[in-house]
Amino acid sequence: MLDTAPAVGAAPDRRSSGPARPRRRPRPGPYLLIAPTLLVIATLMFWPMVQIAIMSFQKVGNRQLAGEPAEQVGTENFSTILSDDLFWQSLRHTVLFAVVAVSLTLLLGTLVGLLLHRLGRRMSAFVAAGVMVAWATPPITAAIIFYWLFGSTGGVVNWFLDLLPDVLVGGDWIDHNWFATPLRTYTVLTVCVVWQSFPFVAVSVLAGLKSLPGELLEAARVDGASAWRSFWQITFPLLRPIFLVLLVLSIIWDFKVFTQLFIMSGMANRDAFNLSLYAYSEAFGGMNAKLGMGSAIATVLTLLLLAVTAVYVRIMVRQGETS
Amino acid sequence: MNGRTVRRYGLNALGLAVFAVAVFPVAWMISTAFKPNEEIFSTTPRPLPAEPTLEHFDYVLGNGIAEVSFWTYLRNSALLALATVLVSGLLAVLAATAVARFRFRFRTTFLIMLLVVQMVPLEALVIPLFLDLKQLGMINSLAGLAVVYIGFALPFSIWMLRGFVAAVPRELEEAAAIDGAGPVRTFLRVLLPLIAPGLVATSIFSFITAWNEFIFAFTFLDDQDKYTLPVMMQYFFGNASNEWGPIMAASTLLTLPVIAFFLIVQRRMVSGLTTGAVKG
Repeated sequence: MLDTAPAVGAAPDRRSSGPARPRRRPRPGPYLLIAPTLLVIATLMFWPMVQIAIMSFQKVGNRQLAGEPAEQVGTENFSTILSDDLFWQSLRHTVLFAVVAVSLTLLLGTLVGLLLHRLGRRMSAFVAAGVMVAWATPPITAAIIFYWLFGSTGGVVNWFLDLLPDVLVGGDWIDHNWFATPLRTYTVLTVCVVWQSFPFVAVSVLAGLKSLPGELLEAARVDGASAWRSFWQITFPLLRPIFLVLLVLSIIWDFKVFTQLFIMSGMANRDAFNLSLYAYSEAFGGMNAKLGMGSAIATVLTLLLLAVTAVYVRIMVRQGETS
Repeated sequence: MNGRTVRRYGLNALGLAVFAVAVFPVAWMISTAFKPNEEIFSTTPRPLPAEPTLEHFDYVLGNGIAEVSFWTYLRNSALLALATVLVSGLLAVLAATAVARFRFRFRTTFLIMLLVVQMVPLEALVIPLFLDLKQLGMINSLAGLAVVYIGFALPFSIWMLRGFVAAVPRELEEAAAIDGAGPVRTFLRVLLPLIAPGLVATSIFSFITAWNEFIFAFTFLDDQDKYTLPVMMQYFFGNASNEWGPIMAASTLLTLPVIAFFLIVQRRMVSGLTTGAVKG
């Protein structure tokens, strides 16, 4: 799915066209208009979420796929995964990857946003268009391209690292296999995901910067404040709401990364699983489908993400985005 | 040169460096797609093909992948995207109008629901939805997949469109009503033309959502001739390892339409993100 949840939604002009004052008699109009949407979301989102919860307490395998009723197993699925080292390793990978990727994405995105703000208008538009290309690349091709860039035959990254002086990066890069260990795979995954997600941060930060009153920063400069200081004293506090939303969204997106890892590492490589790949592989990976086990892992993932989502919703409500 | 000029050159150089890093992987994909095999696996890779060739595109478009023509995959992806755009666009216009024009009970609840639903991990929903569609006999069918994609594209479409509806002055609709136009006519003749740009933007996002989606298509589709472009890519990548020329040619064909669409909407999106960012 395209990662485009609204960091900052388009704001309606409230004076001229806010929602009408409540009418005396309730009218069916708005309910009829949202009815189809409710139906779609209920069947495709809410009901499946309930199903995951139910199935996480069941055994759902090939027999059930053939039509037999599901078998209740209580909390067996959960006790199995909680005592499985693979679960804890996948959880560790998920969290560590999110911490590293989110930090790098926010850092790089903010720096590029600040840069775009200071460039001339034409140059800024040109660089922004280039940055958009990274954002627009579909996850599946991004993963394949990075696999190729970091490949050991003909890969341009190894060639480049080998050209650099050995003092800096060490030697022997030409045959380096970037997908030999989980740590290496996750390094490439991080580069790939950060490359794809920093543009969203950069563009949002730029949008925020443009909305700031120029006089404040001007005054700070006249008073001799350094760029570092005026960022932390003026820009950052004013853009705090944007940074909060960007932080939460980045955590959510990086927590459930799937397609890129699936391409770079795959279902056979259990050592490099994260939670979403682990859940998918339990459910669909083996000869025997274990949809109940997969659901139990998916439940854990969903609960973790819902906790982060709660923070996001609170920020959006406070900013008046739902009014 | 004085200090300011030096600084401006420095910033511009930095800007070009950022541009280069952002564009490099995609540029390398395109360049590889046009290189003959000797150049692809050369020990000293060059940025541009010395002797550009169309052989990899010929291979992908002519032979197809796994005995199925490339155009079949393209058609599957395009049909799915089109269905997603049309249906989710229609439903989104209705719901966005409700949210932007009426104040009703549960309106805030509805908006919060839209936010929450966008954050639900689809990677988790794939398990129950697979079972549900299997029971309905809609597995291995593009129609079943289209239904799922409509659900995924809808929340964001509504969220984006409501700003456009709210920006249309209410007086225009009132004037039309005074002139004797009914609600349907007012909607078609007044509101719809004014929110058309917003509809274009949301359509492009729905299109990209459906076009890029991998995990559901990969799980639901069994027959090779039903595969969408991303599933075909995964298959091709897995089965033709090291045939980087054709793989990059196919990737290019999959990627370029998305980038083109993205660049069309980018300005609108940036301005949509700007307004109301800091409300104090």
